[in-house]
Amino acid sequence: PRSSPSPGETSVLAGLYGPAEVKSSKELADRAVLEVLLRPKVGLPGVLERSREQLLRRTCETVLLGVLHPRSAITLVLQVLSDNGSLLSCCLNAASMALLDAGLPLSSLFCGVTCALDPQGAIVLDPTAPQEQEARAVLTFAIDSVERKVVTVTTRGGCSMEEMQQCLAAAQRAADTIFQFYRDSVRKKYSK
Amino acid sequence: QYVPVKGDHVIGIVTAKTGDVFKLDVGGSEQASVSYLAFEGATKRNRPNVQVGDLIYGQFLVANKDMEPEMVCIDGSGRSNGMGIIGQDGFLFKVSLGLIRKLLAPKCEIIQELSQLYPFELVLGMNGRIWVKAKTIQQTLILVNILEACEYMTAEQRKQALAKLSGN
Repeated sequence: PRSSPSPGETSVLAGLYGPAEVKSSKELADRAVLEVLLRPKVGLPGVLERSREQLLRRTCETVLLGVLHPRSAITLVLQVLSDNGSLLSCCLNAASMALLDAGLPLSSLFCGVTCALDPQGAIVLDPTAPQEQEARAVLTFAIDSVERKVVTVTTRGGCSMEEMQQCLAAAQRAADTIFQFYRDSVRKKYSK
Repeated sequence: QYVPVKGDHVIGIVTAKTGDVFKLDVGGSEQASVSYLAFEGATKRNRPNVQVGDLIYGQFLVANKDMEPEMVCIDGSGRSNGMGIIGQDGFLFKVSLGLIRKLLAPKCEIIQELSQLYPFELVLGMNGRIWVKAKTIQQTLILVNILEACEYMTAEQRKQALAKLSGN
């Protein structure tokens, strides 16, 4: 099962495989093992991809009910098709939709929203690459679908606590739109 | 994806023969095992003739998230009850789990209507696998196409399609 949402012109293709058999060296006795592979558009995956893979893995493991599939492996492969800013939140959205589409047991869904704080202090949601470059700080939030709680936050650059709270509030509002998009996509898929 | 449940009847594909146990692919996260003694009339001297790639119709004896699933082809009293190795020829294909449940419902019109068309043998596995065999390959393929399309067709469309076919 695959899904590729695209805010602006950033697009990521997600493929989810599993639960499947796993090598005994990698298996966990009481829960499923989730492996995330992030492949950049050009070149080999580097340290940045590895750190993003771990972030995505930890976010997905928060919502995935792995205890229902012990000694299994779930593999999520993300291929970057085009990057024009907000890549990490695009990956988060693709990952969430892939988990949803595969029918894996989840405690909630999540979505990714990127906020950029430009030099004047204004908040830009889902910034493009030029906006990210100019910004004083770029924050990415993963918001859960049940109570709009924060699952993951990652920031680049510096901002004050008030600014972070404002960005979070804006991201939580934007999350509503994204979750509605999930609903519409699933509805479209099943209403032939 | 299919998750094995105790008591479910499924179609498995034999992937390995290791000593006294066969490994079956049932479409779940793990392969299921079947003992060679779990067939009707099987004894240590009289082993069932199972090859890699054969189709087996059986039910789950053990199926939970912590253990490897185990299947048998006999019921509690030792009779096979339609289970066992599925014969030669015929056609195996996959459909959604929801369609299987619809077909297995007590008064399923689809099966009744199809049997008006031509005689055929049908095995439904809860893991989404269906095996069909009719007299000719063409009839078999027609049945496959209708069953696959039943997922999305309404009752009206299905009746129209079958009427066209029996008219031919």
